[in-house]
Amino acid sequence: MTITELMPFSVLVPLIASLVCALLPGRFWPWAVTLAAAIASAIIAALTLPAAAQTTLSYAFGNWPPPIGIEYRVDAANAFVALLVAGMAAITLPWAKKSVDKEVPERQGTFYALFLLALAGLLGITLSGDAFNIFVFLEISSLATYGLIAYGSDRRALLASFRYLIMGTVGATFLLIGIGFLYVMTGTLNLHDLSERLPEVRDTSTVRAALAFIIVGMGLKLAMLPLHLWLPNAYTYAPSFVTVFLAGTATKVALYVMLRFVFTVFAPDWSFVVLPLSTVLMILGVAGMFAGSWVAMFQPNIKRMLAYSSVAQVGYMVLGVSLVSVVGLTAAFLHLFNHALMKAALFMAVGTVIYQVGSARIEQFRGLGRTMPWTLTAFALAGLSIIGVPLTAGFISKWYLIQAALDQGQWVLVALILITSLMAIIYIWRVIEAAWFKQREPDQQAVGEAPLTLLIPTWVLVALNFYFGIDTRLTVGGATAAAEALLSGGLLP
Amino acid sequence: MIDNDILRIVARFLIPLIMLFGLYIQFHGEYSPGGGFQAGVVFAAGWILFALIYGLDAALRVVPERAMYILMVAGVMLYCAVGVAGVMLGGHFLDFYPLLPGEHAAQQFGIITVEFGIGVTVATVVMLFFTLFARRKSQWEAAEVEDDQP
Repeated sequence: MTITELMPFSVLVPLIASLVCALLPGRFWPWAVTLAAAIASAIIAALTLPAAAQTTLSYAFGNWPPPIGIEYRVDAANAFVALLVAGMAAITLPWAKKSVDKEVPERQGTFYALFLLALAGLLGITLSGDAFNIFVFLEISSLATYGLIAYGSDRRALLASFRYLIMGTVGATFLLIGIGFLYVMTGTLNLHDLSERLPEVRDTSTVRAALAFIIVGMGLKLAMLPLHLWLPNAYTYAPSFVTVFLAGTATKVALYVMLRFVFTVFAPDWSFVVLPLSTVLMILGVAGMFAGSWVAMFQPNIKRMLAYSSVAQVGYMVLGVSLVSVVGLTAAFLHLFNHALMKAALFMAVGTVIYQVGSARIEQFRGLGRTMPWTLTAFALAGLSIIGVPLTAGFISKWYLIQAALDQGQWVLVALILITSLMAIIYIWRVIEAAWFKQREPDQQAVGEAPLTLLIPTWVLVALNFYFGIDTRLTVGGATAAAEALLSGGLLP
Repeated sequence: MIDNDILRIVARFLIPLIMLFGLYIQFHGEYSPGGGFQAGVVFAAGWILFALIYGLDAALRVVPERAMYILMVAGVMLYCAVGVAGVMLGGHFLDFYPLLPGEHAAQQFGIITVEFGIGVTVATVVMLFFTLFARRKSQWEAAEVEDDQP
């Protein structure tokens, strides 16, 4: 079996395992099957990445040759994102056992089945080379995600999930309208075929409208600033494990789809000229960085604070894209990877606190630095990464972002990136201040350190944050290859 | 609604026809318009009509809820099994040609099996939707009765 024949199984394994999970009773077996499927999927994705960096892999489903049949087309860009998604699932699942047992005591078979469907959907979006297939997988992962969020123990989780359902459906509909326009104009749905046929018809308002629809639709799914309203509530009220996984993967995959359309399907020398994309994305990215960080500084709920911080981090990625250079795109892909690591570590630390204390409000963190030193130290170290302190993964991606801005002489952007990093210090510091410099109130329950099954996976992720801050061969190499793969479609403007 | 003679007799007459029509769409799907999805919905509609006339409890004795869950998964499993069989026999996922010696026979076998899987899943999912909503109404009514008798 060659790697090309193996590659689609990173989607199929979670998909088939989710069916098994849906029927499994009890609390152990659904989790074990999920973990096994996620690890298998991650191994396949890890094997795919080096092969895809060499040459573009193409797998025709049912042996119907593309562009007629559905094709999985994998190059360095989607192999990188797929490895991130599958890897995050495999790394966070060992942490999930205890947390899910506490927050989702019943019907765990359905819970893990939905999780595997979301994972299969996200991987399918990344690997597929067919525009309509991407839409279908987007709906699979989104519908599963709405269900997962509604599992939250707080009743407001239902409202958050419903809100995300409305916004997410609008986003997916916009994507579908865009794809429909492209299909009307070219008669094909295969991404590669589209990119070859579009140049003939691209100076029409239909194709321009298609580009606009796709960007707005994916902007909704990736929580770009004015379209981010679904995200804070969804992340706050979802079960901790769902938040950990979504924060690391869902918005990233949406960003990848947007890049795939803007850079590969439409050539960047067209899409950045016909619409003022560069300016729009730059303004929205910077606005997102500021608004997200600013609102995060005043949130009493730490989960919500981190959710707003995610809006800010998406801003960094969008800013990297708006620079339309190899370094800028590399920075976007790097931050996509590194942000998943740091945000997952932070949400896991907060989830561990929720496991012990039962709430993520800032008052509940008082004095925890002494009673739960390992958990809170993990939070502080992951916080360093989100601030961008040297030797952490966050530093690497901000370094490349600043370099990309400097290449174009954009000194203002450099200043803005540094200012928002300072704002990150403030919101991370609030937690550290509460944990180490305040005493626990007498009426608050005393708590001890969290169990090792929660601590070890959290620390693994914290360690990865530092590992990828020092050894950047995988991240920078993968991100550069991904950026070059996307930009190979056309010349720079 | 079982007390109404007209409804009961018309339903008795229609339910077998609806189900037969569903099966026709299912197994004639590769020649004429139709297929697993439509067949599943039509078949489930027959069951829902039965549930409307004879009550949910009687309908659940015909197809228990647990069976719905199992069949729902079994249908997709059948689909995936055909897909994986193609890989096992040396082709791609959902490749029907390696399944049987003759080209046409292989395609026909593959399509009918896959569509049957879809039909089973769609029918049971529609039944499950109906069951969950219908049960909710009886739960509300039970809750209201409790409220009326403090």
